[in-house]
Amino acid sequence: MITFDAVTKAFPGGNVAVDNLSLELPTGQITVFVGPSGCGKTTSLRMINRTIEPTSGTISIDGEDVTSQDAALLRRRIGYVIQHAGLFPHRTVADNIATVPLLNGVNKAQAREQARELLTRVGLDESLASRYPAQLSGGQQQRVGVARALAADPPVMLMDEPFSAVDPIVRDGLQREFLRLQSELGKTIAFVTHDIDEAIKLGDRVAIFREGGHLAQVGSPQDLLDDPADEFVADFVGRDRGFRALSFITAEKLEVEQVSAYVDRARGASLVLDDTGRPTGWSVDGQEVLRALPGTFTTRDALRLVTDLAITSPAGAAVRVDEAGVADGVVAHEAIARHLTALRRETER
Amino acid sequence: MPAPVVPMLNYFAYLFDGGHWSLAGEGIPDRLLQHIAYTLVTLAISAVIALPVGLFIGHTNRGAFLAINIGNAGRSLPTFGLLSLMVVLVGIGTLPVIVALVVLAVPPILASTYAGLRSVDRSAVDAAIGMGMRPIQVLFRAEVPMALPLIVSGLRSALLQVCATATVAAYVGLGGLGRLLIDGLSTNDYPQVFAGAVLVAVLAVLLDLLSAAVERAVVSPGVRERSVRRTRWRRARPDPTNEDAPTSPVGISG
Amino acid sequence: MIAYIQGNQARILSDLGQHVWLSLLPVLVGVVLALPAGYLTVRYRWLYQPVVNLGGILYSVPSLALFVVIPAIIPVGTLSPLNIVVALSVYSFALLARTVADALISVQGETTWAAAAMGFRPLRQLFGVELPMALPVMMAGLRVATVSNISLVSVGAIIGVGGLGDLFTRGLQLSYLAPIIVGIVLSVLLAAVCDSGIVLVQRWLTPWTRAGAR
Repeated sequence: MITFDAVTKAFPGGNVAVDNLSLELPTGQITVFVGPSGCGKTTSLRMINRTIEPTSGTISIDGEDVTSQDAALLRRRIGYVIQHAGLFPHRTVADNIATVPLLNGVNKAQAREQARELLTRVGLDESLASRYPAQLSGGQQQRVGVARALAADPPVMLMDEPFSAVDPIVRDGLQREFLRLQSELGKTIAFVTHDIDEAIKLGDRVAIFREGGHLAQVGSPQDLLDDPADEFVADFVGRDRGFRALSFITAEKLEVEQVSAYVDRARGASLVLDDTGRPTGWSVDGQEVLRALPGTFTTRDALRLVTDLAITSPAGAAVRVDEAGVADGVVAHEAIARHLTALRRETER
Repeated sequence: MPAPVVPMLNYFAYLFDGGHWSLAGEGIPDRLLQHIAYTLVTLAISAVIALPVGLFIGHTNRGAFLAINIGNAGRSLPTFGLLSLMVVLVGIGTLPVIVALVVLAVPPILASTYAGLRSVDRSAVDAAIGMGMRPIQVLFRAEVPMALPLIVSGLRSALLQVCATATVAAYVGLGGLGRLLIDGLSTNDYPQVFAGAVLVAVLAVLLDLLSAAVERAVVSPGVRERSVRRTRWRRARPDPTNEDAPTSPVGISG
Repeated sequence: MIAYIQGNQARILSDLGQHVWLSLLPVLVGVVLALPAGYLTVRYRWLYQPVVNLGGILYSVPSLALFVVIPAIIPVGTLSPLNIVVALSVYSFALLARTVADALISVQGETTWAAAAMGFRPLRQLFGVELPMALPVMMAGLRVATVSNISLVSVGAIIGVGGLGDLFTRGLQLSYLAPIIVGIVLSVLLAAVCDSGIVLVQRWLTPWTRAGAR
């Protein structure tokens, strides 16, 4: 666990970047620091590995004050990933990944061998090991950055906007890969972003900072969406927080109509299945040409996805499938709306 | 019996002798003005030749090979050798010397004008074209202002080069401050040599400071801090709008 | 021309030999002094501006003036080769100190930040990260210093020690083109050879700069 205890950072000139911050980052979880520019989130992150020293207060990792340790040795036990990866342009990918093991005196052959394994682990081909960073795409560089941070198997990782400099599609892939890795590794992670969507998607806990280095609220993503502490948090999580909150409700209790029975009279749309019962598309107005299905959902998916599927479907309905991908139900957006109304009545009661 | 006193050579005797500062005849003021005149005339001729060519090559990127190699070759030409060549070919006189000085001053101006235009951010040029500027407007309203730091630095190094080589040219008969040096050397008049050296050094430093002031006046503050500090590795530099820490951090290096 | 070369082979070669060490020794001295000086200006930023200004002033002093002023300041004879070496070392230092400082400053950024954050100690970071990354810019400065030294040495012939410049003064005295052309050609060739040599060393030292950028 990483603990901030009444930590303040004032820069020369009187600018207070972090003001009396007390916060706990639970072991094995991702805690996201999110907030607008100048809110102190990056400064807070950097104080953990002492690249910035606090003016007052203490930060400890598993009870040990970070300032009681040699800064360089402390940093070698903390993985660090930054926005543009910060790879060394003069070292090959393998040597970049092997940086901290080499600093720790691991022999070269062993460190490089391990670097190759890490490449595969972050979803890259081993053949990239002998390339230089300039020969990789932005997304690949970022994966190497993550591999480099993991190389010494540190229990703690600091990630400073690691995915914000890549395009949205690559970012989405990196985020999913990151969550998969974390489910295997269970690191204690502090993650900085200015993107509330990313915070909600990745964080086990989210700490929202506001200008002047104040902690506005900390809690699970659902807590923040359901119950923002004040106007600032409500504003920051967005006016569409009601819609975002659907990310945390599964479609388990959503009632569906029989596939065979479902024909949308108003649009004249019917669902077309293949021989095995898997949905292939919508036939509209009795036409032969199929309109594509925007996607399908299972009972484990969030209502946010279901709503989205229904809105974007040509038939105004989302298709549910079972484990095998066989269509077992259809739900129109009117039915989703009724379900949501019922849910709200339940929580208000 | 007291030891004989060896008189210290007074290096400043010539320089501080009021007689040499007389405005009449070939005194220090006269030599100084000559030197300044040679330097500025040569620089002006060189700029008239090199700037248009550099602008053309930089704007069109035609003949880039030429611009780069003229710059390198110009630096490796021995100045004294070129002066000697001109004098033996054409004979003693001001004109062949000025021609030699121009030959030496053109390459740095040409090469840096080209490099300046090439260093201009392409997206700004594309924006200029996109807003409807004509080619000549793109050149003079977008490219040249952004390229000025490098163009001016080329002119400044040419200025120093000419001022220094004009001194050497006294050896082949040119007037100016070099005369004090060369004549002093041939008559073993070290105070005169020293006076010439100090004066030409002070003149060069003053010219450089003056040209630095001119640079500050003509280069937009928006493009001043460029050139050397921007290298290819800075592509991935921190986004200043994204920076929580407003001042440089402490303890980063240990 | 060929007759001249054949008749004066020994003299030409000895001039060339002198030219080589008169121009390259100062580069070496300049590098040895400029590396620590450049590093110090990065470590203590307030030093940067004074060092750059001093370098600028020294660099703007014409060589001939420096050749005659140095003997007045330090105990070397005007006609001593050491005088030329000291003067050219001053130029090399003035140029290279600034280049080293600018090169080291230019590599400061996310990468050096990342290095510190991964636990590099300052000295290891300097030698393992900052200096290698700064090499391309520093080598460019080294090329300029070497080539300009080679072209400047011949000015020394005016005070009697000038390597190939000796051929220029002879040509002037005799109003004879051959030695002058031989001198210019050899001087330019020497510059080209040294320049290419540095480029080759740089390629060998910095393979990553040729790793095809995207």
